[in-house]
Amino acid sequence: MATAGVVAEPKTKYDRQLRKRVFDGESIVFIILRKSFSFVNLRLVSNVDEGCLGQPRAKSICSFLQELNDAVKAKFVEETPATLIDTNPSFFSQFTVVIATQLPESSLLKLDDICRKADIVLVAARSYGLTGLVRVSVKEHCVIESKPDHFLDDLRLHNPWAELKQFAKSIDINDKDPVVHKHTPYIVILVRLAEKWADAHDGNLPSTRQEKREFKDLIRAHMLNVDEENYKEAVESSYKVSVTPGISDEVRQIIDDNSAEVNSSSSDFWILVAALKEFVANEGNGELPLEGTIPDMTSLTEYYVSLQKIYQAKAEADCLAMEHRVKDTLKRIGRDPDSISRAYIKTFCKNARKLRVCRYRSIEEEFSPIVSEVQRYFTDEDYSYAMNFYILLRAVDRLAANYSRLPGIFDSEIDEDIPRLKTVAASVLSEMGLIGASLSEDLITEMCRFGGAEIHPVAAFIGGVASQEVIKLVTKQFVPLRGTFIFNGIDLKSQVLVL
Amino acid sequence: MATPDAQPTEPARWRDLDMLLSRPGNLVAASFDPSPTLRDEIGSFAEVLVVGAGGLGCELLKDLALSGFKNLHVIDMDTIDVSNLNRQFLFRVQDVGKSKAQVAAKRVMERVSGVNIKPHFCRIEDKEIEFYSQFHIIVLGLDSIEARSYINSVACGFLEYDSNDNPIPETAKPMVDGGTEGFKGHARVIIPGTTPCFECNIWLFPPQVKFPLCTLAETPRTAAHCIEYAHLIKWDEVHPGKPFDADDAEHMQWIYSEALKRAELFGISGVTYSLTQGVVKNIIPAIASTNAIISAACALEAFKLFSGCSKTVSNYLTYNGLEGTHIKVTEFVRDKDCLVCGPGTLIELDTSATLSQFIKMLEEHPNLRISKASVTHEGNNLYMQSPEVLEQMTRPNLSVPMFELLKEVPCATVHATGMAENNGKKVSSLRKLRVAFKGVIGDSKMDTTESS
Ligand SMILES: [Zn+2]
Repeated sequence: MATAGVVAEPKTKYDRQLRKRVFDGESIVFIILRKSFSFVNLRLVSNVDEGCLGQPRAKSICSFLQELNDAVKAKFVEETPATLIDTNPSFFSQFTVVIATQLPESSLLKLDDICRKADIVLVAARSYGLTGLVRVSVKEHCVIESKPDHFLDDLRLHNPWAELKQFAKSIDINDKDPVVHKHTPYIVILVRLAEKWADAHDGNLPSTRQEKREFKDLIRAHMLNVDEENYKEAVESSYKVSVTPGISDEVRQIIDDNSAEVNSSSSDFWILVAALKEFVANEGNGELPLEGTIPDMTSLTEYYVSLQKIYQAKAEADCLAMEHRVKDTLKRIGRDPDSISRAYIKTFCKNARKLRVCRYRSIEEEFSPIVSEVQRYFTDEDYSYAMNFYILLRAVDRLAANYSRLPGIFDSEIDEDIPRLKTVAASVLSEMGLIGASLSEDLITEMCRFGGAEIHPVAAFIGGVASQEVIKLVTKQFVPLRGTFIFNGIDLKSQVLVL
Repeated sequence: MATPDAQPTEPARWRDLDMLLSRPGNLVAASFDPSPTLRDEIGSFAEVLVVGAGGLGCELLKDLALSGFKNLHVIDMDTIDVSNLNRQFLFRVQDVGKSKAQVAAKRVMERVSGVNIKPHFCRIEDKEIEFYSQFHIIVLGLDSIEARSYINSVACGFLEYDSNDNPIPETAKPMVDGGTEGFKGHARVIIPGTTPCFECNIWLFPPQVKFPLCTLAETPRTAAHCIEYAHLIKWDEVHPGKPFDADDAEHMQWIYSEALKRAELFGISGVTYSLTQGVVKNIIPAIASTNAIISAACALEAFKLFSGCSKTVSNYLTYNGLEGTHIKVTEFVRDKDCLVCGPGTLIELDTSATLSQFIKMLEEHPNLRISKASVTHEGNNLYMQSPEVLEQMTRPNLSVPMFELLKEVPCATVHATGMAENNGKKVSSLRKLRVAFKGVIGDSKMDTTESS
């Protein structure tokens, strides 16, 4: 359990600052402004932590948070979130992220509207019996460093540039010296043999299954010995020669987005996308800037280091070309040509293949979803519980608005609350255009049994998911949740609904 | 939502939990017996062990204490390091150097009245096997495969089989296991004899890929190669006979400077002190929110297992937060031939075979290969390799026939602890063995069992 060094990254540091995992944390609008927080809550501590019984909840949470990290500035407001939303909407404009916990539907709708208008990220979290949800809402969230788990290396074996070809030519892949032969990096082997293949096939690279198989045989034919690791790697990586040239659909969509038609009010991200579009059409020859790193592979140190330098040099040249395009673009829209830093452009180029743009429908829009999507979720066995919980979580708020209490709060009224909840849920369904759809009777009964109870491990799970998403949203690294996460505490099969 | 703002009485404080425990439902375990006193019964009856008081352990203790469990134990041999403070939220700067288990127990007890947590500041192997039998459920918050494997074998060791080789459910000791790596994690429920044990799906935890020594010695290409060269080759060359200690800052500094020299020599970039630590100690960055999510899932499953108030996960959950929030539940199946959760490896003995001959057989057995085994039978030590006092006390047994030591029964179950190969590594292991004596009346069952 000893850990050190590596963990002190900014994201983990942030993580700690963003934690709200103190011992009692319900009904709070929890707000973040970089290194400072505000909590809005009127209620007093009444539950578990006896040391602070009777104190304002928001106040005791602030003190716990500062105990965890004294660099955090935490403030509290003694007010009900609903009142603040109604009477002082401009209060929220000072924040980067607003996290709304246990807020009923009516207040959430208003808060979402306030946050959208001010371009503030809203994260809503709800813990309800053995279910709950986390929802992200913001107009647009652009990610440069999406850091996907598995991503194809950017080796350009299908389209090697002059320096790479030249280096590959400088190594004799038929060298009979066994040490050199088994330490020739697979990049060199593949560049050379792809060329040989193309020469024999009218300039085409292997593309059909049969051709790919024959290409592998060609590689194997060059082995001196069956245990040459570099040739094994070449066979395993031979598909990298056959990758489709050009850019992925996902990046194509971003380049072709309307926002890439930039003007003086465009964000830096979209200005870079505009520059990228020009780069692809011009010096990129249909390709994105090169990433510039290569994976480890069997090789003499000298060959490997030379290859690294060749890839790096090409990446730097591409980045420089991008820099010129960015400056031109900034000039064109009347902004200072130096207003976007080199470092930012470099990160953008390195990650050009991994750009992501996440757009979220507003909560109001979500309430009238595309009927066919909802129907698909309902009929898909993997999603039907999540869809049921989603409807029921909305229905309990409706019922609470009518009866001034959640269903199932009182033991004596559970039996009456079950049909009541069923009726309200049916009206939610029909508003969504789902006439005749029915919910699971078992889940309706479960929702009444829950009675709005806050079960600590469920709240902790929901709080954990919400904090994870906040970290990603604030650091603009990794890809945030794209919709509503529905927690299923019954068999843990949770799902994300995009409505 | 439901809690009144007035000074709560004890039931009011737990009102939310009681709603779930006192009301009948349709999606619950067959054993669920809802009642207003169920929480109290669980609180006073259940004994829960949390293994590990690190990132997951801190969260687990808090989560379990707030789920109505009142008798908790926590075991961890580590002391608090300054680098733990960013996510092991029960620890403060003034706690650095103190026992994790002790501080964690104290902090949670301070905050949640009525909960009693007993800390154990020691290695998991230091406890007698019987120590583990007192718990109804064992929750694992570990980051090491070896430690998981050990606890798993201990818990599975308690499982008894009937004469038809069917597991006896009452003897099963359930475990809930959690683990995280960066933005990913898993939570699983292990009910020995019913769901797969840790060893049944050991392939889920592939051994660490090691660099070939010839790469390190002759053709280094990456910063990690240079670091491993300094760590695995150069250290022994320069410091013969002096073991490397990853927790010694001077040792680490030496590795770093040697790695740097080598990187310079080969024109390799990227060697940093933090990378050196990362490579040598095999550190995977831990993220607090992932720990929170996984621990919460584990605590919830422990709570549901115990109360029966809902279904439980079947049986393996994975979480991936790299891209959105991706949760997947997979139902793995048991390995019927599992050495750990199966009925136990059958060993046939002549009635004259002594304990020391038996220990030798374990060493040579193709499926076991346990060296330096200590042997216990129903909690009694037959032979213990250590500590010295026990070794001396049990040494006379070595020359006694097993048949005599096992009170002349035709067959019996014994446990052997020793070093055995697991996942390519020699680690301390516990194995359950069924001993049958050849030619003794009453062993008809053994005749039909295939000898392994
Ligand atoms: Zn097993």
